[in-house]
Amino acid sequence: MIVGEKMTAITGSAQSAVGRRLGRSGLDLTVEACLAAIADAGLEVKDIDGLSTWPGFAEQPPGFSPVGAPELKEALRLKLNWHAGVSEAPGQFGSIFNAVGAITAGFCRHVLCFRVLTESSSAGKASVMGQGERVDGWSKYMVPFNALSAANWTALFAQKHFDCYGTTREQLAQIAINGRKNAALNPKAIYRDPLSLDEYMESRMISSPLCLYDCDVPVDGATAVIVSHIDAAADLRRPPLRIEAIGSAHNSRYSWFQFDDLATQALRDAAQMMWQRTDLKPADVDVAELYDGFSFICLDWLEQLGFCPVGEGGRFIEGGERIALDGELPLNTNGGHLSAGRTHGFGLLHEACVQLWGEGGARQVGGDPKVAAVSAGGGPLGGCMLVTSD
Amino acid sequence: MTRTLPVVNEDEVLFWKGGADGKLHFPQCRQCQYIVHPPAPVCPQCYGRELGETTVSGEGTVATFTINYQPWVPDMQVPFTIAIVALNEQDDLRLMTNIVNIPPEKVEIGMRVSVVFEVCDEDIYLPLFEPMKVSV
Repeated sequence: MIVGEKMTAITGSAQSAVGRRLGRSGLDLTVEACLAAIADAGLEVKDIDGLSTWPGFAEQPPGFSPVGAPELKEALRLKLNWHAGVSEAPGQFGSIFNAVGAITAGFCRHVLCFRVLTESSSAGKASVMGQGERVDGWSKYMVPFNALSAANWTALFAQKHFDCYGTTREQLAQIAINGRKNAALNPKAIYRDPLSLDEYMESRMISSPLCLYDCDVPVDGATAVIVSHIDAAADLRRPPLRIEAIGSAHNSRYSWFQFDDLATQALRDAAQMMWQRTDLKPADVDVAELYDGFSFICLDWLEQLGFCPVGEGGRFIEGGERIALDGELPLNTNGGHLSAGRTHGFGLLHEACVQLWGEGGARQVGGDPKVAAVSAGGGPLGGCMLVTSD
Repeated sequence: MTRTLPVVNEDEVLFWKGGADGKLHFPQCRQCQYIVHPPAPVCPQCYGRELGETTVSGEGTVATFTINYQPWVPDMQVPFTIAIVALNEQDDLRLMTNIVNIPPEKVEIGMRVSVVFEVCDEDIYLPLFEPMKVSV
């Protein structure tokens, strides 16, 4: 099997300021992250010959994607062999997968990939669907029933999982509590005060069984990574982080309510594909940065990536020891989306790089981690990667 | 309750407006009898392009549900129940919908339900579901 991604590596990674209502433009944040990522790799702007982003500029929902590839190209006057800003892809890492394709096809050598959100500044114009006069497209079979938020759609999967496998709120709470513990060690995290199980259990329901602490926090912030051809990565500033395997498969219905198994999501297929493209096994993973836009999605990724049997996720995370910073599978070491903010998968990818480069500071995973599993997306979106420092 | 209604294109009239007669209507492949939802101008099983029309019993089972407590938009009356209902006629024939005429906390996975239509503007009939009446 040709595994083209093995010919690519992440050579630089950076994040802008991340916070609530920063009062800065999306382009300003994007430029900050991108210039920092280019410098992090030891490259210059003129070395960038590819540009990739997901989902590209989007007017709606407000703050969801305020900058597309053309705006950044213009701002930095990039000379590009290839660029793409596309929303229809297997999740938020679609931009990375596209970059890998462009590099292995020989279009370019160093692709700048970014994701920017200004959803905090845009709050009040709530990031829910169906705010126009009529709804069309993929959400038209949900919005008329006032299923307006991804919280509702994800809650349906969570309730099914609870029903099928006996998963409990006390168990699911550990995703949020673990994230908060790690966030306390991350100066850039949004919520850093400890979260107790009692506080979680007593918090306001949003869409049962998901409560307030099961939902991530919208922020303003940009993240950028440089994906390079392995041959162009050797003499740069940092040891390259090779992309060992990608999972981008989607084999069932493209829908929040028609997926064949309602106790999981499209991420199941992505996870399966990833392990087919590597000799590594779940036990080889030293750190896991798994999408937690909602806590349940993270639990689902844990199971489908094989860190525990399907249906056993609740029991696997119970008590929180296994997923703690000093546990067998340190999870979402920056606080995840729940406590460090909704950077849409890219914050997790950045954190994986930080950990593999050994720069996690107070939250650095011990034992010199070499393999990170990173994922993004829920519902019909799902994509994942193994990134290695070997 | 205030609702945002769908744009109804040529393939979808049957589903969104067919409820005027109190029944759920779907496109059905003339060749293999597969019921196609959401409506599409092709059968995804046999790729037949000749689609007819079928009505179903309107009865099904709550596959999963959530009680929404968050007023996402002004004037949203909460709590209410959002569910995925699997219809009796075909394993993968499901709708996202609301369960009505029952307090949200009484809704359970596996509950048997039947369709009831909410009439909206422009002759759109939204298929909602209520618990099956117990027959004597």
